[in-house]
Amino acid sequence: MNFDFSDDQQAIKRTAKDLIADRFKFERVRELAEAGAYDDDAWKELCELGWPGIFIEEAYGGQGLGVVELVILMEELGYALAPVPFLSNAAAGLVIQAAGSDEQKQRWLPGIASGELRGAAGMLTGDEAKLVPDADEAQLIVLCGADGVSVIERSAASVEPVATMDSTRRYARVRAGDGGEALEGEAGPGIGAAVLAVSAELTGIAQRAMEMAVEYARDRKQFGRPIGAYQAVSHRCAQMLLETEGARSATYWGAWTADAEPETLELASSMAKAYASDAGWRVCSSSLQVHGGIGFTWEHDLHFFLKRAKVDALMWGGASTHRERIAGLSAVGATAAAPA
Amino acid sequence: MDLTLSPSEAAFRDELRAWLADNHPGEDPPGDDAAFEHRRDWQLKLFEAGYAGFSWPKEYGGRGATLIEQALFGEEMARAKAPQPVNVLGMVMGGPVVITHGSDEQKERWLRPILTAEEIWCQGFSEPESGSDLASLKTKAVKSNGEWVVTGQKVWTTYAHKAKWCMLVARTDQDAPKHQGLTYFIMDMEQEEVQVRPLHQITKEPEFNELFIEEARIPDENVVGGVGNGWAVAITTLMNERAGLGAAAAAGVRMGLEELKQLAHERGADEDPLIRQRLAQLTIEVELLRLNSWRGLTQIMKRGVPGPEGSLPKWQWGEINQALTELAVDILGEEGAYWDSPWTYRLLRSRANSIEGGTTEILKNIIAERVLGLPKLR
Repeated sequence: MNFDFSDDQQAIKRTAKDLIADRFKFERVRELAEAGAYDDDAWKELCELGWPGIFIEEAYGGQGLGVVELVILMEELGYALAPVPFLSNAAAGLVIQAAGSDEQKQRWLPGIASGELRGAAGMLTGDEAKLVPDADEAQLIVLCGADGVSVIERSAASVEPVATMDSTRRYARVRAGDGGEALEGEAGPGIGAAVLAVSAELTGIAQRAMEMAVEYARDRKQFGRPIGAYQAVSHRCAQMLLETEGARSATYWGAWTADAEPETLELASSMAKAYASDAGWRVCSSSLQVHGGIGFTWEHDLHFFLKRAKVDALMWGGASTHRERIAGLSAVGATAAAPA
Repeated sequence: MDLTLSPSEAAFRDELRAWLADNHPGEDPPGDDAAFEHRRDWQLKLFEAGYAGFSWPKEYGGRGATLIEQALFGEEMARAKAPQPVNVLGMVMGGPVVITHGSDEQKERWLRPILTAEEIWCQGFSEPESGSDLASLKTKAVKSNGEWVVTGQKVWTTYAHKAKWCMLVARTDQDAPKHQGLTYFIMDMEQEEVQVRPLHQITKEPEFNELFIEEARIPDENVVGGVGNGWAVAITTLMNERAGLGAAAAAGVRMGLEELKQLAHERGADEDPLIRQRLAQLTIEVELLRLNSWRGLTQIMKRGVPGPEGSLPKWQWGEINQALTELAVDILGEEGAYWDSPWTYRLLRSRANSIEGGTTEILKNIIAERVLGLPKLR
């Protein structure tokens, strides 16, 4: 029993944290968000470092690491709201790696791993995926529906960019139309891992929003003392820690099941997404309350985190959807019982 | 990262699980005295099998178990629904204090009878006017002719009427700052000057007592850790009370959750979408309590100090147990009102979970100040 990262994983985390802190200073993130743009140079750099292929098998051009390493990167990217199309590309790669044939994987995964063939992925509601990050700029779109999963070339799909509350990321509605190529394998583990990637991003966002609240509560004085000395404020911050750490524990556990105990992945990924969806929003919202009026202004950075948290919470199934899945999976008589 | 048990950890767990299956004492018999004797016998059985004083060093009759083994022990005891051994306060709080701060004579005198349950221990910390603000306590000890004369009142004293020894914190210096004027004593309960009165809680049980102390005597050799050091010594016991209990608490609420799901299933409530949402949320939170506990344990083992998640389990446990019993009683509907329903008892008893062993508000203060570094109110 050892619920911590290995030395190699710790090293990945440190390197990622340092690099991201250097490349994605928030003034830059804000500037890009207001221009509706991404940092293409930084994305190129991440590709050269092999980040997009971290979880992709070496045979398909990746680094052959696992979902644990992926969530380490995702948490740090979320912490910075890094303006790069990492999550969308990773989600596409995860589903293709899980459900694609060997030939399909040979065809698509090396490009996704190198960043030369950008992927995007989303959930179908009927014949439309309503919220697909980065679909407009991707070359390949993975659509996950109740009847199966298909991959469609961007040029063959009907893609309509939508403005969302989250201006740090670009989203689109996608209709498959007639084109597309089915993935015949079991997509569940890929979707589960994508759900965990979003949960990790939410964990990083919650961590950042909590740190902002704590810093502000230490500095801001009212009635002659720092507001963090008042329990109405400090207990809010303690609650943020409870929820952020909960999201983190659930995400790490889920990532570990993806790599080591796949029979538990479905349950664990739903637990992570249900909890992190609520936690991400609540922590950001509570942080805004701690900030008071300044937190409600456009000039403050917090709202970018708040909005990303809400959009993440809505993507790949919201908290209620995942709780309903958990209720089914953990019901009396269900086979996928929680670990003994 | 490896969230499975190693072969040796699994072997340890299996051995313990088998032993508990063979030796489970069964439920407490009715009546407080009978239940007490039942738990005393149970502790003796644990002692003879080498499972009492599990975390204590071997030289003091314990097992010297690793943190993982302690957590597994807690999990398995909860899983088997084994009763608490009768002298739990002596084993979890008193013994570790004597081991950490006591003299050789004190260790020789007190430790073994704690493990064998020959001598029961109780805790005299809280007072009617000193709950969360423990250091404000007023019980006074004055030295006179080589012994200490103690006067004051204590409350929430489990097993006071059965105890031989009381871990007593009293004020020995009226002029010192409040944390510095305290001393930790081991007081003999078998004296007329200590009167015990049962305190009936909202479940009607007298689980706790009040102590009325009127010029009780404590010999000087029963001071532990030195005069004036009572706060530091008492804090050791509180840390011992909290450390490593997360895994056991998680296993306990998981048993509760399984019973709740069974109830929901029997009553057809597990078809109701709202009930399903609440059940799922509890399922997540029970799992998170387990995960946070193991993460905390891993941090202690690797770095010697708990990480931020280590301060969360007691708070989580109280909230989960309260929500779990509330949902059960909602599912029972009107029958949830019946006094003899076990869920009704648990609903009421769980109200104390956010108070006993540190209120949730105090835990939040600790997290805010020590983990997040927010300024102190005081």
